[in-house]
Amino acid sequence: MAVTTPKLDAQKLRTDFPIFEQLIHGKPLAYLDSAVTAQKPRQVLDAMETFYETSYANVHRGVYTLSERATAAFEGARDKAAAFINAPSSREIVFTRQATEALNLVAYAWGMNNLGPGDIVVVTELEHHSNFVPWQYVAKRTGATFKMILLTETGELDLDELDAIADDGNVKIVANNLVSNSLGTINPVDKLAVWAHEQGAIMVVDAAQAAPHKRIDVQALGCDFLAFSAHKMCGPSGVGALWGRLELLEAMEPFNLGGHMIRRVRFEETTWGDVPHKFEAGTSPIAEAVGLGAAIDYLEGIGMDAIEAYEHELAAYALERLAEVPGITLYGPPAERRAGIVSFNLAEFHPHDVAQILDMEGIAIRAGHHCCQPLMERLGVPATNRASFYLYTVREEIDRLVDGLHKVQKVLG
Amino acid sequence: MSFDQMYREVILDHYKNPRGHGVIEDADARAEGMNPLCGDEVTISVAFGDDGETIEDVMFEGRGCAISQAATSMLMDMVKGRKASEIAAMPKDELLDEVGIPLTPIRLKCALLGLGVLKVALNRAKGTPLPEEWAGMDELELK
Repeated sequence: MAVTTPKLDAQKLRTDFPIFEQLIHGKPLAYLDSAVTAQKPRQVLDAMETFYETSYANVHRGVYTLSERATAAFEGARDKAAAFINAPSSREIVFTRQATEALNLVAYAWGMNNLGPGDIVVVTELEHHSNFVPWQYVAKRTGATFKMILLTETGELDLDELDAIADDGNVKIVANNLVSNSLGTINPVDKLAVWAHEQGAIMVVDAAQAAPHKRIDVQALGCDFLAFSAHKMCGPSGVGALWGRLELLEAMEPFNLGGHMIRRVRFEETTWGDVPHKFEAGTSPIAEAVGLGAAIDYLEGIGMDAIEAYEHELAAYALERLAEVPGITLYGPPAERRAGIVSFNLAEFHPHDVAQILDMEGIAIRAGHHCCQPLMERLGVPATNRASFYLYTVREEIDRLVDGLHKVQKVLG
Repeated sequence: MSFDQMYREVILDHYKNPRGHGVIEDADARAEGMNPLCGDEVTISVAFGDDGETIEDVMFEGRGCAISQAATSMLMDMVKGRKASEIAAMPKDELLDEVGIPLTPIRLKCALLGLGVLKVALNRAKGTPLPEEWAGMDELELK
């Protein structure tokens, strides 16, 4: 019997999101900017409010009932995060402020101590600045060489060039996003991980844009570190997670220093606590972690496979409808190899003008470099427009986008 | 803010038919600048009159959003025939009043890019002072 993916009912799911109960400039909100951050369902908002009202205390501190309750909720969220990406152990989940901090943690705590002259750090032309700038910086600080995997014409990684990259040194780090926040490209991270390991390198995956979109299995990907943020997957801002192989995390120096991350503090010397606490100095984003747990429950309730299939449908529909607009340039791969993200430019009009005129129609899209300046340079444009979709996006909103672009043509053309 | 307020007729007219668009060969003063946030770019060249002080001709080249290009075009009309020292002291509100649309902090930088570049050009050629605290200009890259 064929496995069928249950269909997702976006119109029904929309009613979970209070943000859509308002008008913008007198028109229903068409939020087509989920790639920058996703809206929050009532289930997540309620879980956080209930936690604050009934269970809030600091975690891992008190012996009283409330602290135990808060600790159980916080650690429960860690278990959910581990299961969400099929991590072998919850101990391998480190809570951070967001994916950016998770990637900085690896860059500093692993990179600073394991890189040096003759070593090569490899990123791609498609990276978000969060998985580009820390590696560029750490390479410079340690004397390692910084290299970039370039893109093909369709916005996909050119893997034919890999061996040339490894020519003149030891590749120690390969860093790539699983889904590009700018073009929506779904990258062959599993293949890159195999190559990275052949070089004796570790594979670092930025899954900030993948976690909301598809089922993630760190064991199947074969990576060594993976980072994601709650806010892009219907959870709150202020919390993210780093997954790392236990043996790597255990061998690493700490990143932030202070309370909670210690075993024993003496004037002469301080020793570190166990993983993951070694990396969680200070009071954690407690309610935010609980919110992340609720977001995972919400997404799993819908089904990650259903979300992925629906996003592909929307991307295909958007690419087809947008192609009708005169003067449009669409960037990135075909629909089947991209998440629900479409970057484009309209004639010679600056994206800020396009986005501003669309805003008057109640349509929110992103205009800018999407924290991907190396990619913009490659595309030869200062900025693009980007429409991105999620489980609450309906086709009518894409139709409104297309109508809005016709209006932009009329005003500026 | 309504749509018509921001993209009012005069803005669209300057955007579509920019005044003083081009380059002055053998310019007496010249500067370029960009807004790294959105990639707006403006290059301005100035020719002084015989007194070495009056802006006899001024032209701009650039690419970017309608607000940055229209505001720079309006600026060209505004400064021609005036003295360098007067333009160096020109408050940003004089240009913003002319642009005449409500601007969010992000779009304010677009509208002020041309004026910033012109002041840098005059500073370079004549040593006129540059604005100190100029809200909204701090992220511009003026070359």
